[in-house]
Amino acid sequence: MIPKVPLDKQIKKAVNGDEATAYAAKQSLVDVVAAYPITPQTIIVEKFSEFVANGEVYTEFVPVESEHSAMSAVIGAAAAGARAFTATASQGLALMLENLYIASALRLPLVLVVANRALSAPINIHCDHSDAMMMRDAGWVQIFAENTQEAYDTTIQAFKIAEDPEVQLPVAVNLDGFILSHTLEDIYMLPDEEVQKFLGGYRKPVKTYVDYLGKEVEVKLDPSNPISIGPLDLYDYYFEHKVPQAVAMEKVKEVVKRVNEEWFELSGRKYGDGVIDAWGVEDADVVVAVLGSTSGTVRYVAKELRKEGKKVGVLRIRLFRPFPFDEVRDLLKEVKVVGVMDRALSFGSFGPSFLEISTALQGIRNSPLMVNYIYGLGGRDVPPSHVKQVFNELEEIMKSGEVGKRLRFLGVRER
Amino acid sequence: MMGNKLRHPLSKYLLEDRLPHSWCPGCGIGIALGSILRAIDKKVKEGAIDYNKLVLVTGIGCSARAAFYVRFDSAHTIHGRAIPFASGVKLANPSLTVLVFGGDGDIAGIGGNHLIHAARRNMDLLVFMITNFVYAMTGGQVAPTTPTGLYTTTTPKGNPERPLNAIKLVASQNPNYVARASATHPALIEQYTYKALNMEGFRFIEIISMCPEVFGRHIGFNDPVTLYKTLKSKSIVKDKPSLDESDYDWNHGWILGEYVLRRNPGYLTTLRRYEG
Ligand SMILES: Cc1ncc(C[n+]2csc(CCOP(=O)(O)OP(=O)(O)O)c2C)c(N)n1
Repeated sequence: MIPKVPLDKQIKKAVNGDEATAYAAKQSLVDVVAAYPITPQTIIVEKFSEFVANGEVYTEFVPVESEHSAMSAVIGAAAAGARAFTATASQGLALMLENLYIASALRLPLVLVVANRALSAPINIHCDHSDAMMMRDAGWVQIFAENTQEAYDTTIQAFKIAEDPEVQLPVAVNLDGFILSHTLEDIYMLPDEEVQKFLGGYRKPVKTYVDYLGKEVEVKLDPSNPISIGPLDLYDYYFEHKVPQAVAMEKVKEVVKRVNEEWFELSGRKYGDGVIDAWGVEDADVVVAVLGSTSGTVRYVAKELRKEGKKVGVLRIRLFRPFPFDEVRDLLKEVKVVGVMDRALSFGSFGPSFLEISTALQGIRNSPLMVNYIYGLGGRDVPPSHVKQVFNELEEIMKSGEVGKRLRFLGVRER
Repeated sequence: MMGNKLRHPLSKYLLEDRLPHSWCPGCGIGIALGSILRAIDKKVKEGAIDYNKLVLVTGIGCSARAAFYVRFDSAHTIHGRAIPFASGVKLANPSLTVLVFGGDGDIAGIGGNHLIHAARRNMDLLVFMITNFVYAMTGGQVAPTTPTGLYTTTTPKGNPERPLNAIKLVASQNPNYVARASATHPALIEQYTYKALNMEGFRFIEIISMCPEVFGRHIGFNDPVTLYKTLKSKSIVKDKPSLDESDYDWNHGWILGEYVLRRNPGYLTTLRRYEG
């Protein structure tokens, strides 16, 4: 299939992951950006402030005094009807946390890029997913990109997903700190007009009927049609206001899949079905499930093993929230052993993806044996040899039928 | 051979195995820390403070890295929260001499609220703020202290905002000591620190400092010496300056001096008065 915008009409540019998302935000007609610097996110904001200074965007840019303020400011902007964007990492995301819950509960379609970085203490600037996993219950849509191209594509898609009338939820786009944020790759960007057409121009807030105004109005702070946002809500109605968040989440998967297809028609690029990007899973005995850039390494090793005749597969989860339970279940139900690689740990429990996948497979007769590998904390490198070790151990488990330790640490010094 | 090994003159206060430090050539933070340590050394030698009761609390940033180098108790906390952490330390053990050392972003930007309230309480802390006019550690982005009009990595057309005057802000809460020094005037840093070390209550010393690498470079000072000389020429020392004189901008520079000096009871003394 020839995409609507063939590659020779796309703009090829060498950018790192941070720049890729900045270009995506630039093309997405963002009205307001508020941000505070933190490694490895800084380049996004520096690049964006360059666009502002050069008059290449009509965006208001505020270099606020903390991430708490950054999230507050974009919440305010979105509540006033703007398309708003910010980016952060690690401690910055932690500081935003209080407001993350506000953004989703107020149903504000913000886009946040997270350049994933380990949480303190001890302080560390390198990649893991502990920051993203901290916000997994905050009511945000969470997508993990595998490479710089995908970081660009996903940031644009994120606005479309967030602003879908059925969704109206904030979206976090995750890219692995340094591994993607700082690594130069050639990517293809669409011309500005195509991105703007794809998004339908500037943000148009959804409308709702307001009884005391006696008419439909856009859901935004607009003095000519006054509404209040976020007032006290106790045991009388709070619960009724929480359930629609869960209902909106249920709609997300279909929207993500649709946007993935639309993007494919436009650009020629798609990422699995949008929620899962599977490789070799159909006939696999052994599958490794993983998020983000490590998927590339896992796929590389899996391909090598396939050459040796081993029936192995890779399940890259692209959409982490809402979690694609049905898709995971369908793909993994015939598999014998699943190794879940998590770049974060819920202390006292397992890695977050392991917990989700276990839930997805719950109740299946002869469900796959499962092992959880915690890897790469604080930026610890994951060479193919470690992934190979994982596949070897999974094969052992398949042969013996014995799982042994379910929680394993990959590439860490023994005590 | 051991006897021939060069020792740092402040080796008693520095973890030499962690040197050389990670600050860039021409950075002012080392000058500031050295001056503070010399003041501490004097006090220790006089028996006025106990070397074994020193604690240095820092947040995150280039300045905050100081916690890694000192040879006494130190805590490298999180960005902006050194002051509340230090308040906890002091309240838990009032016999300690608790120092806070951090960047302008750390202390007056993201942590600005804590600065105000510690000053309001007259909390028994000595706070040093390194004003290098940018968020240095993250690569030179605009900070609350960046003078209007200057270029930084997030204000490529010049900073449209006005700089925060921390001297006035802190002084508005009536703490015991507020002074401004500069890494271009190490003797002043030492002198002010020496004076403030034994006082009660909240003491705040702002230290103007040079960051040639990610500040100077963007405003046309490509080598540390020119930036140093420029900052020096913009630093005017004054005896008992008025608070109105503490406002600064890039063209007129800034006044160094002791803006506030009083001897009100510190927070711990006040607390005791309210206790049973
Ligand atoms: C909550 C949070 N946000 C952002 C950061 C990233 N960060 C690390 S140091 C720093 C600022 C450094 O500037 P400053 O405090 O002025 O100290 P300097 O490096 O200039 O000495 C920032 C923004 C962080 N560590 N934590």
